[in-house]
Amino acid sequence: MQDFSTLSRRTLIGCMTAAGAAAVLRPAIGLSRPGTAIGKRIPSSGEALPAVGLGSWITFNVGDDGEARASCAEVMRNFFEAGGRLIDSSPMYGSSQAVIGYGLARLDRPPGLFSADKVWISSGSRGPDQIERSRRLWDVPRFDLLQVHNLLSWEEHLETLFAMKAAGRLRYVGITTSEGRRHREVEQIMRSRPLDFVQVTYNVLDREVEERILPLARERGIAVIANRPFREGPLIRRVKKHPLPAWAAEIDCANWAQLLLKFIVSHPAVTCAIPATTSVAHVRENMGAAYGRLPDEAIRRRTVAHVEGL
Amino acid sequence: MSEWWTYTLSDFLLFSPHTYYRLFELYNAAIWPGQMLAMALGLAVVVLLGARRPWRGRAVSAILAACWLWVAWGFLFTRYATINWTAVYMAAAFAVEALLLVLVGVVGDRLGGRRQEHWTGRAGLGFVLFALLIQPLVGPLAGRAWSQVELFGVAPDPTVVATLGVLLTVERARWELLAIPLAWCAVSGATLWTMEAPDAWIMPAAAALALVLNRAPRSRCANRMPGSGTWE
Repeated sequence: MQDFSTLSRRTLIGCMTAAGAAAVLRPAIGLSRPGTAIGKRIPSSGEALPAVGLGSWITFNVGDDGEARASCAEVMRNFFEAGGRLIDSSPMYGSSQAVIGYGLARLDRPPGLFSADKVWISSGSRGPDQIERSRRLWDVPRFDLLQVHNLLSWEEHLETLFAMKAAGRLRYVGITTSEGRRHREVEQIMRSRPLDFVQVTYNVLDREVEERILPLARERGIAVIANRPFREGPLIRRVKKHPLPAWAAEIDCANWAQLLLKFIVSHPAVTCAIPATTSVAHVRENMGAAYGRLPDEAIRRRTVAHVEGL
Repeated sequence: MSEWWTYTLSDFLLFSPHTYYRLFELYNAAIWPGQMLAMALGLAVVVLLGARRPWRGRAVSAILAACWLWVAWGFLFTRYATINWTAVYMAAAFAVEALLLVLVGVVGDRLGGRRQEHWTGRAGLGFVLFALLIQPLVGPLAGRAWSQVELFGVAPDPTVVATLGVLLTVERARWELLAIPLAWCAVSGATLWTMEAPDAWIMPAAAALALVLNRAPRSRCANRMPGSGTWE
């Protein structure tokens, strides 16, 4: 399965403004090499997604704070301008869904948006109501991707999601877990259900999924979203105390964020990493990882050894 | 929740420290000058604790109940719940405490016992003064903005500490009144600890001290006031 590509012409036309702005932004986001965003294909459809998305855990949960909401909208603006598409949230994330809805409205509903949300409720029968509430908060006609959050009541919810997909009210179905939890069950579901996506924790230090989940995703044709790419912050804070290795330039990385993200998205099974941030500067840095060269296996191993040694 | 042992407190923190303290900033701005009224009520509690009026227990209970009810609605339900969905349950707990204060303290008149003569009672008064005058300074001293100050009667932490203090001024505080304040001390301490706040220890320390003081041996008070409830 060859899942690397540049974004399709249609997608880029859809994101015309974003692409144009990305060219302008390129120096600001630390891109050392011009070009189109690295796209990775969703195996079940062939659709290409930029390799870097935007998470919303903690960062977009700002409640009714108008100033903070405007700041989040700026993060989203810069994300889209740099060619980003996938934004991920959950009903568990407090006000994040409402803040995303606010940002999308403020940005006049960017055409390139790939909306990824979750269903997270113990009652299977109440799943559809929660999904509808989430949709209203985002104010989108339908979600592109819905995932069963942390496998909560996954059998009932997957039934709902597959029915929605069959009815054309949803494009992709997935499941999520984090920090290595319930991997055996994740594998079982990946083997037994026609999933489009699986979301797991994967970063330069948390690589357990390399053993079974990622190979299984390739085998089964399931797209992979990597959450907690910076371990919610401690990882990048730790490495930033040290100079960026000179060899990072060989893969067009101008900063640590790009090196850590390129490590993740260079795994052939990974479709997209979803760093979360409240900072415009950081989202620009992150999106830089969606451009330029990706590390080969030797540089990936070197990255692991280097970070583990810090 | 499966594999519960793999979860840490940080897995339950839904917001950033910046967002949390900004909540207080916006809240303070929205309710100004309500803080003046709250401080006046707090000082009234201090005065009443030293007064020899038969109705003082009822008055103190009514003030505390009003403060708990306000914090339940004005802060936890309408503000905190916007970034923390569990705050709805916290608001309910605060409302229950307000109800208990009304039932036990106002209707039952069981919070009027004079214990200031005993050192635990004086410690209780110290709790109240700490909550009113010292605790609000902790945030600014820890580097947070004055606009984010947490005050008795409008913010949960000092309201809870003051309540623990009042309960220590009566002969052996009643467990039904202590349970929710003590639980809040644990919740607040865990939240602040997860946010790596330097003052995270204050609420758990207040709870531990209140528990110790409440179990401390005491002598029978000689000047029991009318309507002062159960004595040992």
